Amino acid sequence: MPLIFDIKRFSIHDGPGIRTTVFLKGCPLVCMWCHNPESQSSALELIFRPDRCIGCGACVEVCPGEAITMEEWRSITNWERCTHCGDCVDVCYTGARELAGREMTVGEVLEIVERDRPFYEESGGGVTFSGGEPLSQPDFLEEALEACQKVGLHTALDTSGHALWEVVDRICPYVDLFLYDVKFIDDALHKKCTGVSNELLLDNLRRLAELGHSIVVRVPIIPGVNDAPADVQALGRYVTNLPGVTRIDVLPYHEIATEKYRRLGREYALQNQLTPSDNVMQNIACMLREFGLEVRVGG
Amino acid sequence: MKMTNRVTKLRDQSRNAIPTLSSERAELLTEFYRENQSSRNAVPSRNRVPGTSAPMRRALAFQYLMEHKTIVINEGELIVGEKGPAPKAAPTYPELCTHTLDDLDILDGREKVPFKVSEDVRQIYAETIIPFWQGKTMREAIFEQMTPAWKDAYAAGVFTEFMEQRSPGHTVLDDKIYHKGMLDFKADIQRSLDALDDLNDPESLAKQEELKAMAITADALIRFAERHAEHVQALLQAGATDQRRPELERIVQVCAHVPAHPPRDYWEALQYYWFIHLGVTTELNPWDAFCPGHLDQHLLPFYEGGLADGTLTPERAEELLQCLWVKFDNQPAPPKVGVTAQESSTYTDFVQINIGGVKADGTDAVNPLSYMMLDVIETMHQVQPNPSVQLSEKTPEPFAKRVAEVIRGGMGKPDIFNSELVVAEMLRVGKSVVDARQGGTSGCVETGAFGKESYILTGYFNMPKVLEITLHDGTDPRTGKQIGPQTGDPRKFESFEELFAAYEQQLNYFIDLKIHGNSIIERLYAEYLPVPFLSLLIDDCVAKGMDYHAGGARYDSSYIQGVGLGTMADALTALKVHIFQEGTLSMGEVLTALGDDFANQERLRHLLLSRTPKYGNDNDAADEVMVKVFEAYFDAIDGRPNTRGGAYRVNLLPTTCHIYFGLVIGATPDGRRAWTPLSEGISPVQGADRHGPTAVLRSVAKMDQVRTGGTLLNQKFTPQVLEGEASLDKFVKLIRAYFRLGGHHIQFNVVDSATLRAAQANPEQYRDLIVRVAGYSDYFCDLSEALQEEIISRTGHEM
Repeated sequence: MPLIFDIKRFSIHDGPGIRTTVFLKGCPLVCMWCHNPESQSSALELIFRPDRCIGCGACVEVCPGEAITMEEWRSITNWERCTHCGDCVDVCYTGARELAGREMTVGEVLEIVERDRPFYEESGGGVTFSGGEPLSQPDFLEEALEACQKVGLHTALDTSGHALWEVVDRICPYVDLFLYDVKFIDDALHKKCTGVSNELLLDNLRRLAELGHSIVVRVPIIPGVNDAPADVQALGRYVTNLPGVTRIDVLPYHEIATEKYRRLGREYALQNQLTPSDNVMQNIACMLREFGLEVRVGG
Repeated sequence: MKMTNRVTKLRDQSRNAIPTLSSERAELLTEFYRENQSSRNAVPSRNRVPGTSAPMRRALAFQYLMEHKTIVINEGELIVGEKGPAPKAAPTYPELCTHTLDDLDILDGREKVPFKVSEDVRQIYAETIIPFWQGKTMREAIFEQMTPAWKDAYAAGVFTEFMEQRSPGHTVLDDKIYHKGMLDFKADIQRSLDALDDLNDPESLAKQEELKAMAITADALIRFAERHAEHVQALLQAGATDQRRPELERIVQVCAHVPAHPPRDYWEALQYYWFIHLGVTTELNPWDAFCPGHLDQHLLPFYEGGLADGTLTPERAEELLQCLWVKFDNQPAPPKVGVTAQESSTYTDFVQINIGGVKADGTDAVNPLSYMMLDVIETMHQVQPNPSVQLSEKTPEPFAKRVAEVIRGGMGKPDIFNSELVVAEMLRVGKSVVDARQGGTSGCVETGAFGKESYILTGYFNMPKVLEITLHDGTDPRTGKQIGPQTGDPRKFESFEELFAAYEQQLNYFIDLKIHGNSIIERLYAEYLPVPFLSLLIDDCVAKGMDYHAGGARYDSSYIQGVGLGTMADALTALKVHIFQEGTLSMGEVLTALGDDFANQERLRHLLLSRTPKYGNDNDAADEVMVKVFEAYFDAIDGRPNTRGGAYRVNLLPTTCHIYFGLVIGATPDGRRAWTPLSEGISPVQGADRHGPTAVLRSVAKMDQVRTGGTLLNQKFTPQVLEGEASLDKFVKLIRAYFRLGGHHIQFNVVDSATLRAAQANPEQYRDLIVRVAGYSDYFCDLSEALQEEIISRTGHEM
């Protein structure tokens, strides 16, 4: 069973209308700027929020690996010793210790998703599967998407497209809208910044477009990484040549993740990176519009 | 449209005016009663003589006030008339409650929401007002007649009493004044007098007195307008600028015509309403002052007529509306007496203006004036009046989006009501469909039939206090005094049902106390402080020959406003889960921890806070408990008779009472610390809702809100969430979906905590920051620190 690391209701930036976004854990890409670091590993992970710790010491008593010590009224985790077993989470009443990831059945997910049906119906919304990379969990994803469609919910898939075509092909009948993340057209840069080649995902994107699927291309704009005019123009050129793809959303990078990395006991590679200004985003939008695309800033 | 120079000046005059306490009304009233010694006592009269029935005495007093109060014409204004002798000079009502010198000192000296009291006023109070009224006020009569058990509960903070210093109100006008002048009202009165049957109707003498009193008040209001005309004539004779002269000449014409006759045009319609407003709020000090109701609908024929015959332009129409807006802002809420003089912290008098909704025939009522009023709200940026929008399924999307846009502007205005539900609430209790559609909401969120109903709020009711008393076998742990029945040692309860049954027993006991007290108070008002002028305006007082306070209105509801629903839901869920279901805690342990305010019990507190289902997360376990709490409250109150021939109903709103009620309650089983605020309205406990707005809305909609007379839901968004067109659209859909689920009301603060913190640190720079409190908005910097903190602690929905 795959791990779900979050189900976010009133999601208003992941497709049309008011939506619920289901986040699956595990991703084959390791993007430098990833703002959901807890989504990368497909295993359970301990999250520690020091600001919530009241120093009661309950976690120290139960940790089987003796990975927790007390220091100045606050517990400290030795991340090398931590096996993410979750015993400390069970006794932590303040929520300072939490496990990212929860095993859920399709039925359990659907039960939550169904709760906001009145909001979907009113707003033309639905459910979005995101991650992580949801295509990394094809069995679960297929079953979940099919179940959602069966009860009349609009389905969107927020994906990097990094999966075998067989997987994409299997899933695509159940997807009403693809939110397709494209970071770079330049493959060398792609490899450098995400750890994988973009060949597969661009190929999948083209094939989906040729099959006539609804696709919105989404591009995170990270200053100094992919905001150079040449990069933007390459992207515009690529997307405008995809049959039927008319819309591209540019999403300004937000420096919100440093704390999240710290909670996982990790360092964030892009610390102190700035959010692109409105001006920069508008310039990028203008450049892309020159390719005849509908561009939205912020999605 | 921007403000014209005129309006800018008037608004600045209003904003910069320092609120003062005016003794004018008190002096005039004292003069009147002194000159009419035989009828000196306003309240429990021992010297009643024939010919001075209570309504007559009150009508003559009203006439005396309207004949002698200062006439104010502010420079440049188009709509004239003030309640006091200057903008923000607040009159007092000594016949109801007389300020002591201590009260005056507190009002003058307090840091927030002060009323300056001059040395002269203080002296007048010391020498004339206090000696004359002491021992004769309504407030004293009320407290004299309450039982010791009532007083115990009141002192413990189980409930508050609304009518001890303001008269029953929450009343809204329908469209009757727009086609009837005071002379027409007098003709109606004459018809009722002619129809009296003194041979067969034992009440006919009383009815005759009431009707004659109403006629006197109609004349008094006409006279008040004439005095404005005379005053302006004098100004004209003394010389006016070329620019001002035609305006003053027009004001003379307007005041000579209304309120005696029905208004002929838009300007006269606005001025007529304003005279009515001043009349109602001079006669007595009813709660929420007085409200014009569906002003966009009422004004439309005059607006269209003016445009058609070329006597009005949209710009002039908007400027006149802005002038009226300033008038509302010039009238702070009456300064309180007693402890509340220290605590009550708002200048807002809760005048609601209803925009949108449906017409009498059920069709969409949005018109160009509805849009214009939204513009006025934005442009004027005032805390008063308190405009609201009724959103119907028929409301066009562009209007709904414009409303959302104004809300996004950040001052928490307007708040939004569900037209369909408001109508359904009224149908449920037997009002006609037309009366229901022409009705709406007033005060904070209260439902009523405009122009046809007396729907009075009688007091807030502290549900969590009753739970605390239940957990102490009828004793108030704060004082150690037994104030409720003994319902058993909770340590011996074996099931949640047993606990809940004990709570219900306490609840019913205190509701009975409250209703018993209310009955006495309602009769005191009916006997001693009738309101013939207000009665003139509310159907069917004239037809029945009965006063508004005595059951003259077509519909008569009494509300008791439940407070602390979220705290109750979470506290009871915690007890249910941890003691009776999972056995993680014993009742003894919990009670000890509560008694110690969780001292050295941080883990236990966090168990209650974090490992317990919480209301507001669409969690059925917690939400079921909320529904149970609501049903118990409903069963205790709904349908019980009041003294005016109507019935009690429930509503759930706090204004600022959740702060006061929190101050009288120790720690609660939801993990709340002692003396801190309770949850407000039907909103979840501050910060307990963690799954976003849709989960909150689903949770609160599990309550069958159609059986209430109003619920209040606060939501806070960070401004980023609502950025952009698409977000605005989704925001509208969120509200529409909530209403489809059966929600009554929703209001928003679109502000981030950083801004609020900055305002606390540097109030001078944030003087104009307006936030939503309860059913009203207020300047953030005028709020008490506790209330500021409470607003900051509400969950802010982020991206």
